[in-house]
Amino acid sequence: MSSFLVISIIIVYLAVIFYVAFWAEKNSKSRWVNNPYVYTLSLAVYCTAWTYYGSVGLAATSGLKFLTIYLGPIIIIPTWIILMRKIIRISKGNKISSLADFISLRYGNDRFLGALVTVICVLAIVPYISLQLKAISETFNVITKHNITSSFILNDTTFYIAILLALFAAFFGTQHTDATERHKGIITAVALESVIKLVFFIVIGLYVTFYLFNGPTDIFEQASLLPGFEEQQTINGVEGGFNWFFMSLLSMIAIMLLPRQFQVTVVENERERYLKKVTWLFPLYLLLFNVFVIFIAWGGNVIFQNQEVDADLFTLMLPLNNNHEFLALLGFLGGFSAAISMVVISTLALSTMLSNNLIIPYGFLRKYSQGESVKNTESIKNIRRIAIFSLIIVAYFFYKSFTLDRSLVSIGLISFVIIAQLAPSFFGGLFWRRGSSKGAKYGIGIGFLISVYTLIIPYTIDSQSIATSFVNEGLFGINLLKPYELFGLQIFEPVPHAFFWSLFFNGIVYLLISVNFLGSYRERNFAEMFVDSSKYASLHENAYVWKGEAYVRDIRKVLTRFLGENRTERALNLFYMKYNIDKKTQYADARLVNFSEKLLTGSIGSASSRILISSVVKEEEISLVEVLNILDETKKAKASNKELQERDKQKDEFLDTVAHELKTPITSIKALSEILLDDDEVDGNTKKQFLTSILSESERISRLINNILDLEKLATGREKLDLNEYSIKSTISKSIDAVSQLAIKKDIKINSNKVNEAMAYYDEDRIQQVIINLLSNAIKFSKDENGEVAVSTYVNENKIKIYVEDNGKGIETDDLNLIFNKFYQAKNQTILKPVGSGLGLAISKQIIESHNGKIWAENLEPLGARLTFTLPLNNN
Amino acid sequence: MRKILIVDDEPNIVMSLEYIFKKEKFEVFIARDGAEALGIVESEIPDIVLLDIMMPNVDGYQVLNHLKSNENLSDIKVIFLSAKNKASDIELGLQLGADKYISKPFSTKKLVKEVKELLNKK
Repeated sequence: MSSFLVISIIIVYLAVIFYVAFWAEKNSKSRWVNNPYVYTLSLAVYCTAWTYYGSVGLAATSGLKFLTIYLGPIIIIPTWIILMRKIIRISKGNKISSLADFISLRYGNDRFLGALVTVICVLAIVPYISLQLKAISETFNVITKHNITSSFILNDTTFYIAILLALFAAFFGTQHTDATERHKGIITAVALESVIKLVFFIVIGLYVTFYLFNGPTDIFEQASLLPGFEEQQTINGVEGGFNWFFMSLLSMIAIMLLPRQFQVTVVENERERYLKKVTWLFPLYLLLFNVFVIFIAWGGNVIFQNQEVDADLFTLMLPLNNNHEFLALLGFLGGFSAAISMVVISTLALSTMLSNNLIIPYGFLRKYSQGESVKNTESIKNIRRIAIFSLIIVAYFFYKSFTLDRSLVSIGLISFVIIAQLAPSFFGGLFWRRGSSKGAKYGIGIGFLISVYTLIIPYTIDSQSIATSFVNEGLFGINLLKPYELFGLQIFEPVPHAFFWSLFFNGIVYLLISVNFLGSYRERNFAEMFVDSSKYASLHENAYVWKGEAYVRDIRKVLTRFLGENRTERALNLFYMKYNIDKKTQYADARLVNFSEKLLTGSIGSASSRILISSVVKEEEISLVEVLNILDETKKAKASNKELQERDKQKDEFLDTVAHELKTPITSIKALSEILLDDDEVDGNTKKQFLTSILSESERISRLINNILDLEKLATGREKLDLNEYSIKSTISKSIDAVSQLAIKKDIKINSNKVNEAMAYYDEDRIQQVIINLLSNAIKFSKDENGEVAVSTYVNENKIKIYVEDNGKGIETDDLNLIFNKFYQAKNQTILKPVGSGLGLAISKQIIESHNGKIWAENLEPLGARLTFTLPLNNN
Repeated sequence: MRKILIVDDEPNIVMSLEYIFKKEKFEVFIARDGAEALGIVESEIPDIVLLDIMMPNVDGYQVLNHLKSNENLSDIKVIFLSAKNKASDIELGLQLGADKYISKPFSTKKLVKEVKELLNKK
């Protein structure tokens, strides 16, 4: 295929990708952009050109070992539903925009630590980016059969592609100053590329399996005849098992800590629930990809068995060998997609780290603290843009100046091992309160040095063919210092070996230093917040990790420098509204300080934001536990205040009702006596009737007053119960005697056949008062004809239940609970006002409750109501 | 003969009012709650209604509302007679269109005077 044609296709392809990104950025609210599938597919940025070519190469030369790179992720991803959710919550809650920010914040906004993590990431990833450029360049040469690579960069297609990618990443990656804003355009484009690379790879896989061979069995049979096949397809005993184990562990760490993975999984996450889809869809994606890796590798081994063909390029060489150029082109585009999405996301993630955790905190803070917002934000964006270009160009020159002729796999794995140095501080920080920043720094440092010694130096020596005895005989000829067999450990292959030792020392150092040196209070507070994230997340700004106070004016000034007048105003207004703070307040409390710090973190990183804010704040030490206590107390105070208000309101209502209830009989008394006084012509009968009424209304008043006093005494506990052992049967029969006149008058039968004997401790007068109240209510509401009231008891080992039933029309369902309220009756009388104060049931309830019993009402089928109360038997 | 409707659920208050207005040569009608009052108002069209507020089912406000929203009944004078005597209660009652608001306990002499004054206004 001519290079012109291929270049044209690449340009068209890139144009489509750019357009998709542009469209997604414009329609960032669309459902096509915001869904769990796009999110999951964007995570497949994990599968780079390395998967496309390197895995096949590894599978062809070393068998199933390539699987470990995918096994790790497949094993760890189901735990994300808890683990990644926690990480995402912490990151969103604190506006974290990168891995470096995450670690730096956890260890108390440590500026140096953030910078260290950034440097480690850049060192690990830049060669990895070179690798992708190399893959593009090599495969381009294969597909165009251009075997001479031009040494002059302006003739090199890869250079232009690199520049285009830098433009793409810089344009779509720096739309917002706040790096925690999601990059919808880039993510959607990456998701699309993930589909393309998988589909094209499967197409090649199917082509090899079913066109070049007669299905999987055929490939297997032919491949199994090759020398060394058996050996390749086994794990290789306990030693091999160890290698497998550590390789899987390594890839487990990589899927979470590679900067590009952190970017797509955490920073670009729109909704937590998308994780649910990821837990099954992403492993499925990886599985689909890998099924055909094996077949393509075996197929290549069979077809090219006696030829010098680089196994890394089987994916392209198999179709080319059969003159299927179009298929080879699909393969090329798939690999190209894989490479460019990796390059774009990686540079985006690294540029954020470089700007927020290295360049701004170490170089630009002073300048920014004086500058205007427009200039500042433009400058921040420019730093990121320059970082993106520099990264890609450095990666390009790295690929140009080092002969990277080792297989694609090894360079990728070296990246993994270096990134893995962040694991102890990252996961330790997430689950261990004591983990300290000093421990993290030394751990990462030692781990990095060891991986340099055991992997990078010998690897460089190998790949650049430098003549030295270092690898075979160890440093100064000491056997124990052989880089591939450190301390005589011989069971590992180089990568798991380096991983094992570097992480071993990294972890030990982190552990020992953390245990022996206590971190600063600020660090301990963040530790508390990260480890116990669920407890603190809901507190938002209330969980301030430091106590500081400042003038709002100063804070506003700092915010304005980065957010501009309008956004600052809006953010502060929202904050005031949320916490119900007066806008005119002069003094910023800890919450506002904390809120502002978070607000800036997205734009300039956590360390810088802390430095800026603290320049206008007087800081005081406080532990998060203290903060919690303070919060608890204010909450309690608020609650009790509310309770008081509620009680006041109830008291007011009660007094109102009492006044009303007293006025009613007084009105009658006043009116009737006025008539009697003024009018001499009142006849004898009327006079008598009036006087009787006056008398009964007076009695009503005194009854009411007694009841109110009673109720108050009982409610406030001023009245002591006169507890003694009594027979409930005799108390009930005394009560029945008291209402018998009333019953006879209404011609109502009282049935007490089902009353059992039981002895209990209670105040007999009071309980009698309750029973009389219930009985007279029952009599009042029984049917006029054949009215019947029944009293019965039920006794078990710990309580007596006493039932009083009538056969009247029952109680409205809504009112079953309300009837125990004070004056309930007064507001809801029936037409004929029943005699009573409206306090009877309220008093009964009070009496029963002070005996530790319960009282309630229910309706009976078909007619009647039942009131039940209980008395405990062992009432002391 | 002028017609007066007494609406109250307290039998003794009704008894006293019935006595004094009969003595003043009124034709007295009695309703013991709002619902009953609405019936009597329609059939008898009294000149004046003495209206309690806190009554079961249909309360005094509702009765007043019915009167004021009905063309045939809107001329009927209404005096609220209520134990609710906070300033806000009184204001509400007058706003709804009552002609007078008299707090309980009231003086019978004064009440008669007010009723007469109100009816003579026309």
